[in-house]
Amino acid sequence: MGYMGTAILNISPYAFSAVGIAVAIGVSVLGASWGIYITGSSLIGAAIKAPRITSKNLISIIFCEAVAIYGVIVAIILQTKLQSVEQAYTAESMRGGYAVFASGLIVGFANLACGICVGIIGSSCALSDAQNSTLFVKILVIEIFGSALGLFGVIVGIIMSSQVTWTTS
Amino acid sequence: MYGFEALTFNIHGGYLEAIVRGHRGGLLTAVDYNNLCQCETLDDIKMHLSATEYGPYLQNEPSPLRTTTIVEKCTQKLVDEYKHMLAQATEPLSTFLEYITYGHMIDNIVLIVTGTLHERDVHELLEKCHPLGMFESIATLAVAQNMRELYRLVLIDTPLAPYFSECITSEDLDEMNIEIMRNTLYKAYLEDFYKFCKKLGGATSEIMCDLLAFEADRRAVNITINSIGTELTRDDRRKLFSSFGQLYPYGHEELAVCEDFDQVRGVMEKYPTYQSIFAKLSYGESQMLDKAFYEDEVKRLCLAFEQQFHYAVFFSYVRLREQEIRNLMWISECVAQNQKSRIHDGIVFIF
Repeated sequence: MGYMGTAILNISPYAFSAVGIAVAIGVSVLGASWGIYITGSSLIGAAIKAPRITSKNLISIIFCEAVAIYGVIVAIILQTKLQSVEQAYTAESMRGGYAVFASGLIVGFANLACGICVGIIGSSCALSDAQNSTLFVKILVIEIFGSALGLFGVIVGIIMSSQVTWTTS
Repeated sequence: MYGFEALTFNIHGGYLEAIVRGHRGGLLTAVDYNNLCQCETLDDIKMHLSATEYGPYLQNEPSPLRTTTIVEKCTQKLVDEYKHMLAQATEPLSTFLEYITYGHMIDNIVLIVTGTLHERDVHELLEKCHPLGMFESIATLAVAQNMRELYRLVLIDTPLAPYFSECITSEDLDEMNIEIMRNTLYKAYLEDFYKFCKKLGGATSEIMCDLLAFEADRRAVNITINSIGTELTRDDRRKLFSSFGQLYPYGHEELAVCEDFDQVRGVMEKYPTYQSIFAKLSYGESQMLDKAFYEDEVKRLCLAFEQQFHYAVFFSYVRLREQEIRNLMWISECVAQNQKSRIHDGIVFIF
């Protein structure tokens, strides 16, 4: 085993878990905020000539916000998985640490992509709704499919972390 | 990176892009034009326009209206919108927006210089200038006697200064020289704008380069047609063509030697894009060419709105508004001069 492998093995599983939880919430919020500014700037500009679109198009902002909420939920779920054990470097605890780390990565990056996707669609939605209000519902359907992407990440992340045990029972 | 502007475009451009799209929604539609074409007097036109976005600009105008008043007020609206957008814009959008006005600046300079040559009053000329192309020292243009003075006294402080490098001569200004100056300047301007858009990259460069290439090709054809039968030599004509566009370089070589309109048609019909334009014209007919080009341009400009996250919408919007003002001017002139049978000849429908 090379130096790299030894180095990684010597990192505490608690460190891995903590980073996983941080990524889950941090990157999700990054995705949500990215989406919100893409939608928000277009929405504000388009609302100058067509004020009627503002309340309808808040739904795009809410879809982006939901992405951050997924991150919060998963982060809370993941941190409940942490248990205090005497021997932190056993196979079972290492597995637990990696699982929490991986599910944090999955949720974080799935939500980043989802937030950007929903944000861009939301921006187009605001612009097209301002021009032609019949387009709103059609684009909303696309937006719902976009926001489902984040849920896939959340589901897989929760399944992965559900088998975490820190000690062999 | 092409296709990834969506991630970062809205930081600086999102708000303004949405605003310009809102303005586009205010352009007159075919229904509006049909109503306007039914008008009997200029006051009727004012009444129809008061239901559109032009309303506030025309409402305080006393009757009897003049065509020039209508055009002036409509242009004023475009200028107000443009200034608002320019004030909000950040780099590189603000430079892009400034580029749009350089064409008008060149036209204004030529207008003033030609006017002074015919000993017209400067104030009268200033009123005729397009407000988008005004700059501070424009009134002093009248003192210049030749190209070198024109450059040294006035234009060195304007953004157009670099474009002058090709056409500084000590020759006196006369009609022919001024026309060559206009086209040399315009050529340098288009090439510079083209380079700038290429540098911006992404969807902006793709759409803008296409639109500018069309503009360059149209100018090449117009220069060829207008210079047939004048003293302009083939090489001089060749020098006025911009170094990009679909016609560059082989089409330019062929256009440079054309002696009549049908030869121009022969050259242009080799290019599929322009074939459809020339197919609309019957043989020997060159008057309708302008309108055919305008119609094709409007179609291209409207297509720019189909993509999001790029700057070409600003260019397209200003151009479409200018076309609309030309339409209004034509309608008003037809109504004012009782030539209603010709009213459909000059209108280019936008939607």
